[in-house]
Amino acid sequence: MDERYLPEEGPKWSDQRAERLLGALVCAVVGLLLALIVTVFVRAWPSFAHNGLAWLGSGGDIEEQLNQIYLSGLEGANYVYTFHAWPLIWSTLLITGGAVLLGLFCSLFVSVFIVEFAPERMRDVLQPVVRFLASVPSVIYGLLGVLVIVPFIGNHLVTEPQKASVAGVISLSGYSLLAAVLILTVMIAPLMISIFSDGLRSVRPGWLEGSLALGVNRWRTTWKIAVRSARPAIVAGTVLAVARAIGEAVMLAMVSGSVAFAPNPADGLIFIYEPSRPLAPTIVKNIDSLGSAPSNATLFAIAAFLLFSAALFSLAGWMARRAMRKYGATA
Amino acid sequence: MDSSVATPPAQKGPPAAPVQQSPRKKAVEGSATWQLSDRIGLAICWALGLLFCAIAVAIAVYLFLQGIKYLKPSMLFTPASAGFNQAESGGFSDAFIGTLIVAVMGISLALPAGVGIAVWLVEYGRPAALARIAESTIESIAGIPSIVLALFGTVIFSSTALGFLSRTSEGIVFGRSFFAASAMLSLVALPLVVASTREGLNAIPQHVREASYAVGKTKIATVRRILLPTARPQVATGAMLGLGRIIGDTAIIVVLLGATQNFAPVGSAFPLNYLRGAGTTLTNFVYEASPTGNLNQPQKAYAAAFVLLLMVLALNAAVDIVHRRARKAGTWSH
Repeated sequence: MDERYLPEEGPKWSDQRAERLLGALVCAVVGLLLALIVTVFVRAWPSFAHNGLAWLGSGGDIEEQLNQIYLSGLEGANYVYTFHAWPLIWSTLLITGGAVLLGLFCSLFVSVFIVEFAPERMRDVLQPVVRFLASVPSVIYGLLGVLVIVPFIGNHLVTEPQKASVAGVISLSGYSLLAAVLILTVMIAPLMISIFSDGLRSVRPGWLEGSLALGVNRWRTTWKIAVRSARPAIVAGTVLAVARAIGEAVMLAMVSGSVAFAPNPADGLIFIYEPSRPLAPTIVKNIDSLGSAPSNATLFAIAAFLLFSAALFSLAGWMARRAMRKYGATA
Repeated sequence: MDSSVATPPAQKGPPAAPVQQSPRKKAVEGSATWQLSDRIGLAICWALGLLFCAIAVAIAVYLFLQGIKYLKPSMLFTPASAGFNQAESGGFSDAFIGTLIVAVMGISLALPAGVGIAVWLVEYGRPAALARIAESTIESIAGIPSIVLALFGTVIFSSTALGFLSRTSEGIVFGRSFFAASAMLSLVALPLVVASTREGLNAIPQHVREASYAVGKTKIATVRRILLPTARPQVATGAMLGLGRIIGDTAIIVVLLGATQNFAPVGSAFPLNYLRGAGTTLTNFVYEASPTGNLNQPQKAYAAAFVLLLMVLALNAAVDIVHRRARKAGTWSH
C-alpha cells in the first residue's frame, strides 16, 4: 500500500517502527560485543607481537618484568614488552582445575541427592542454600577467606618445619592454592548444581522405571541411567563453571597470595600451601599502571587471553546445552 | 493484571517443563538391601548435602555475628575519613549511597535493553541469522569475565568524545565515574534480564497472541498490552537477579569508579556532578578495607559486608515472593 493512504496520525507505536527499533537495539548489542573483542585484541597486540609464543612461556620474574614494562612506559621512547606469563597461567590452571574437579565431584553428588534421594524437607532446605551460596558476592567470599580461612591454614595446617623448608624461596603464610581452591569451589558449585539438577530432572521417567522394573536398585539406576543420560547437562555445567572460575578476579586477588610464583608439585604435598597469582587478579592488582602504554598493552594481553578462554568455554557449554535440547531434555 | 485476556485458573503445570509426577519417589525402596558401595555413595550424598548447608549457615551466622558486633547505625550516615584507627576513620555512607546509585543506574539501563532484546528474540527474530547471532552474543556477554568488561570500559570512557561523563584535566580524560561503572555493570545484568524475560514470553501459549491479532491488535500492541504484563513476574525476577549481580560486582567498580572512599564530584550541576565523579560502593569498600586492601580496617569490612549481604538476601527473598505469587496466580492452559 502506498504510504499516503495510511492514516496520517497513525498509532505512535507502529509495528514496523517497533521492529526496526528493537532490531537496532539488538544490532547495537552485537556491535558492542564485536567492538569489545576487537578493542581488547588490538590493544593487546603490541604485547603479543613482541613476545610471540614466548608470552605463554616461562622465564624471569613476573614482578620484575611488569615493573620494567611500567617504567619504560613512563620514560617514553623505548618501550619494553618482555613478558612471560607462564607462572600466572600455571596458577590459573591449578586453581581453576582444582576447583572445577572438586566442584564436579561435590555438585554431582549433591544434585543427585537433591533430585533423587533427599527427603522432602531436606530438599526444601538444600535448594535455598544453593541459591544463597550462588548469590553471595565474591568480595564477601574473599573477605571471609582472608580473615578466616587463610589464618586457619597459616596457623594450623602448615607446620613450622614445612615453613622452614621453603623459607629461602617463599613464605607460607596461609595465602595459598588450598584456600583459593576451596573458596572457588564453594563459589562455582551452585552454578553446577543448578544445571546438573535441571538435567537430571529432565531424564525420561520411563527409562528409570524400566531399570527399576528389572530389579536394579535406585542408586544404580540413578547413576547408570539418570546421570548418564544427563551427561550433556553435566558437560554444560562444568564448562560454564570453568568459564566463571577463569574470570574470577577479586576473590582470588584477596586469597591467592598475589605473589607471581609458580607452585611446584615436585615440592610434594606442601605445594598446596604455596601462594601464587592467577591471571585475572594480576589485572586488578596492576590496574593503576594502565596509564603507561606498554603496561596497558600487557594488561590487555592478559584480558585477551582470559576473554579467549572464557568465551571458548561458555560457547562450548552453550553448544552442549543446545545439543541436549535436541534430544528433548531442557536445561 | 490489566491485560484484556483473563488468566485462566491453573489446570496443568507450566508448558515449558512437563511435570513429572514420577511414581518412583513414592515406591520407596530402603537402602538396607543395597550393596556396601551403593550405601557408601548415599552416605557421601548426605555428607555433602549437609556440608553445603553447614557452609551456608556458617557464612550467614558468622557475618551476622560480626555485623551485629561492629556495625553501628552511624556508619551508614558518616562518610569515610582519614584517621589513625578504626574508631576515627568514619563510616561508609558514601559507599552505601554509591551502591544504591550504581544499582539504580545499572538496572535502568539493563532492564529496557534486556526486555527489548528478549521481545525481539521471541516475537520478531527476523532475519533468522541475526537472531542466532544475537542469541550467542547474549550467551557470550554472560561469559565475559567482569574484569575484561572493566578494561573495555576504560577504553570507552577514556576517549575524549565521552569526556563529559567523567573528569577531564589537561586534555586527559579520567574515565572513572558512576556513569562509566553503571554502563558496564548494566552489561553484567543484561543476560540475566534477557534470559528471564524470554522464559516468561515463551511460556505464554501461542493462542493468546492469535486471539490478540484476531481482534486487530498489531504485534507491538500485543507485546505491550498483553505479553509483557503477563510476563511481568519473570521480568521482575530477571531485574532482581541482575540487581544482585550489579551490587555484588567488584572488579568493574575497582577499575571504573576509582579507589577513593568518598564521592569526588566534578563540576557543580547537582545530581550530575556526583554521577560524573569517582566514588565507591560497598563491594569496593569491603575490598579496600580487608587486610589485603589499602585501608586495612577488618571490623568495618565486616560491617559493610554485613550490609551488603542483607541487601542480597532481601533481593533473594523478593525473587521468592514474586515466584510464589506468580504460581498462585496460575499458569496458562493449553
